[in-house]
Amino acid sequence: MSLKAFHIVFIIFSTLLALGTAAWCVWVDLVEGAPIYLAGAIASFVVAIALMVYGFWFYRKMKRLRIIT
Amino acid sequence: MEIPYTISTRPDTGLWNAKVGIWLFLASEVMLFGGLFSAYIFLRLDAAPGTWPHGLLNVPVGTMNTAILILSSVTVVLAWASLKMRRYRAYWWYMLATILCGVIFLTVKLAYEWPQKFEHFGAYIKPEALGKYEKYLGNQRRTEKGLEPRIEITGHLHSQNAKEYEVALDPVNAEPDNPAMDRPHFFPLPVTDKIANIEKEDVLRATMFLPTHNTYFASYFTITGLHGMHVLGGVLVFIYMWLPVSKKLYQRNPEHLANRVEVSGLFWHFVDLIWIFVFPLFYLL
Repeated sequence: MSLKAFHIVFIIFSTLLALGTAAWCVWVDLVEGAPIYLAGAIASFVVAIALMVYGFWFYRKMKRLRIIT
Repeated sequence: MEIPYTISTRPDTGLWNAKVGIWLFLASEVMLFGGLFSAYIFLRLDAAPGTWPHGLLNVPVGTMNTAILILSSVTVVLAWASLKMRRYRAYWWYMLATILCGVIFLTVKLAYEWPQKFEHFGAYIKPEALGKYEKYLGNQRRTEKGLEPRIEITGHLHSQNAKEYEVALDPVNAEPDNPAMDRPHFFPLPVTDKIANIEKEDVLRATMFLPTHNTYFASYFTITGLHGMHVLGGVLVFIYMWLPVSKKLYQRNPEHLANRVEVSGLFWHFVDLIWIFVFPLFYLL
């Protein structure tokens, strides 16, 4: 597996972690009733979307540059 | 003597040698960390009630460190792509950013997170003496509510003599009957001014939050320590490839340097991927 492919796998796992962290923040907010965690959930969700956008950008850019190893 | 297959692929494997080597190495790393993660999960599942601590780690700091490692993976892959496009200057800057990310991660871990634990103190109370410290443990109420008993008193160790420990209590022991203390606090709460005197003859085991304190800290320091050593190794390799010596290789054979960066980038991605599992296991769950 090339670095390019492993990077995409890594970004997928990072996105899943960000989504998991968002879910965890929602859970803590429900249990503790602390609004700061709701902010954490929103931030984590935004990070997850940003990672997905970056993943697609990276894939397309590598394909365009034909960096395939 | 020229080392063969540093750029061209071997006919039998279809890969250049270093790539085969790094994947074999990463396979052994998967087994190493896989064993440690399995041990952690089984130790946690089998822990006696009240013995597995929750919410002791600083989640915001851990989240920041996670973001730093994810960012470093982006910069290392951009460094490699820059080399592939023969843009050495861009490579140099991306590599510097990767090194800085690794150094920040290690600094936060070694200069902030770990020392904070080393300064904290915990005393496990003998089962027959739990009643004596009920005002710090709140077990009567916890039993009524069906919660796990508290068996440890924690805080900052003020002083000790031959007979007792004097401890500035954590909020969980200062206000044990406060329902808010039934749950872990993921934003760390400061130690209170309330002092408890714990007699040594009532204590089963008492130490600072070191690896010897309990199974949780043994697992935490082993896994994060081993991971930190991998980060340090990666940073040292990156520093070597960032120094002027890499420029000489680039001028002689840019593809060779690109392949070296790719192999070290694969290692770095693996190290970051390990952290993607460490973070939720230790900090969130």
